[in-house]
Amino acid sequence: MNSMTDEYVTEDGRRIGGTVMDLRNITLRFGGVVAIKDISFDIRQGEIRAIIGPNGAGKSSMLNVISGFYNPQEGEVWFKGHRRGPMRPYQVARLGIARTFQNIALFDGMSVLDNIMTGRLNRMKAGFLSQALWWGRAEREEIENREAVEKIIDFLEIQNIRKTPVGRLPYGLKKRVELARALAAEPQLLLLDEPMAGMNVEEKEDMSRFILDVNDEFGTTICLIEHDMGVVMDLSDRVVVMDYGRKIGDGTPDEVRNNQDVIDAYLGVAHD
Amino acid sequence: MIYREAGDFKTSYRSDGQTFPIRLDRWGYYAVLAVAFGVIPFVIDDYWANAVFVPFLIYAIAAIGLNILTGYAGQVSLGTGGFMAVGAYAVYKLMTAFPDISIVIHILLAGGITAAVGVLFGLPSLRIKGFYLAVATLAAQFFLVWLFNKVPWFYNNSASGQITAPTRTVLDQAVTGPTASAPAKYLICLVLAVAVAWMARNLTRGTIGRKWMAIRDMDIAAEIIGVNPLAAKLSAFAVSSFFIGIAGALLFAVYLGAAEVGEAFGINKSFLVLFMIIIGGLGSIFGSFAGAAFLVLLPVLLKNTLVGGFGWPTDLAAHIELMVVGALIVTFLIVEPHGLARLWRLAKDKLRLWPFPH
Repeated sequence: MNSMTDEYVTEDGRRIGGTVMDLRNITLRFGGVVAIKDISFDIRQGEIRAIIGPNGAGKSSMLNVISGFYNPQEGEVWFKGHRRGPMRPYQVARLGIARTFQNIALFDGMSVLDNIMTGRLNRMKAGFLSQALWWGRAEREEIENREAVEKIIDFLEIQNIRKTPVGRLPYGLKKRVELARALAAEPQLLLLDEPMAGMNVEEKEDMSRFILDVNDEFGTTICLIEHDMGVVMDLSDRVVVMDYGRKIGDGTPDEVRNNQDVIDAYLGVAHD
Repeated sequence: MIYREAGDFKTSYRSDGQTFPIRLDRWGYYAVLAVAFGVIPFVIDDYWANAVFVPFLIYAIAAIGLNILTGYAGQVSLGTGGFMAVGAYAVYKLMTAFPDISIVIHILLAGGITAAVGVLFGLPSLRIKGFYLAVATLAAQFFLVWLFNKVPWFYNNSASGQITAPTRTVLDQAVTGPTASAPAKYLICLVLAVAVAWMARNLTRGTIGRKWMAIRDMDIAAEIIGVNPLAAKLSAFAVSSFFIGIAGALLFAVYLGAAEVGEAFGINKSFLVLFMIIIGGLGSIFGSFAGAAFLVLLPVLLKNTLVGGFGWPTDLAAHIELMVVGALIVTFLIVEPHGLARLWRLAKDKLRLWPFPH
């Protein structure tokens, strides 16, 4: 099961390492509804892994299992060589897994800067008293983390809106701020739930570039869900295809594209 | 105009993160502090202390406390009166049990005790939200008032069921009891109000404050980011109740001198403080002061105008006062739901660009 040995280098020169996240025989049920049925796949260090599938296939549920929001009834989640027991989402976040949401989940009452700073909460350890008096560690940490956040702000080119309340931003920028908030945690695994949903072509191009840059410059492992096939096939190293809670395909974009089950799921198949 | 950001360059993240980034705001803040500490104590008389400044400062502390819980952490509470009663009875028991220890320590301890009680009644917030939580805190309000009425130990078995503040001194000046002077009462409230506001500002701009606001704005996303909802909500209840307990202790010991729990800390008090933060502005320290000032000053102003100015009978004036305050609250909610703090911010934004409209 351990594939730590077969590291390789992609055509564009990125190093893909061993398995970071290993999902084994995951089954997730809501009452009588089986959302995910016996799915296994892995995510490897440094790769961009996509999960695709028709609506209702269980992609978001899968992402919620990875991020600890749902605990599967059956199966094992292995992260960095350790089996992860049932956990609260905030504990999973502390392991180094960050995510964005399909419907933007920013903190509307706070500024862009504060939103991104919340991404670094787990790195700020100042005690209560230090914070109440704004003395010593609290102030030092605030400035250190602000510097880290400013790097991300530069990286995603949102300098001009850093003091704007998030509620006033247009949709595309909100998506970008949400990515910034997830990046601020310097995650080892970044989960993106439909990062390009509802965007126009230009915004999609920008977002694709940012995702590639994040992967390339920070070496962040990324797992994303996306409906735009062009985007998925261009971005990802490997693709998992789901349909009705089952895995029907897994492999490189080319392999998946030529998989008969996948074609049937997407185009429909005549029942005779 | 001098009210400008232009030319006031920030060269460090420290100066960029300060509370008053605009120079004129900073000067205004220092000027207000200078007048509050350097001028008012020398000119204040009993009327101004008892009718205006002391209640304003005490309610400002309570409003900051409730604003942390409701405005910053998003947990609605109707238990403010009950928590103030905890502060009042705690300080009374401490004052009578340990007469040799400074009242300042007693007041802080009373805040601490209230914080513990607040955390206890905050536990339901982990399961319930919104209106349902409001009802749960309402239960705290009624339970605490009932408790302080029912158990004679809390009021030292006094025949009247009232608690009365004995004389205590700070730096040889009586601040409680019948001999306390107006400047002494004013100064102890001012020092505590400034300290509370400063601490509240520090907490809300740092990590803890971001956790509270994250829980308020979207609790699921907050948890996925790594906020422990249990710790965030309970710390909000603790800090909020700490401040509210201090306000309750001051209200009883310094302002009222003697109190009966149902009358002084009833449900009306909970609503009064809630109105203060709604009118002042949720999630704003300045708004807490503005709301407290508004609801303390307005009745005084109306009474002086109607009774003193027009010579109307006092009972008529009192009724009109109720109607006017009620109408103003409704108007406020319709016209500016974000409160005085937002009006103030809008005015400053306009001023920054004046005389240009955009």
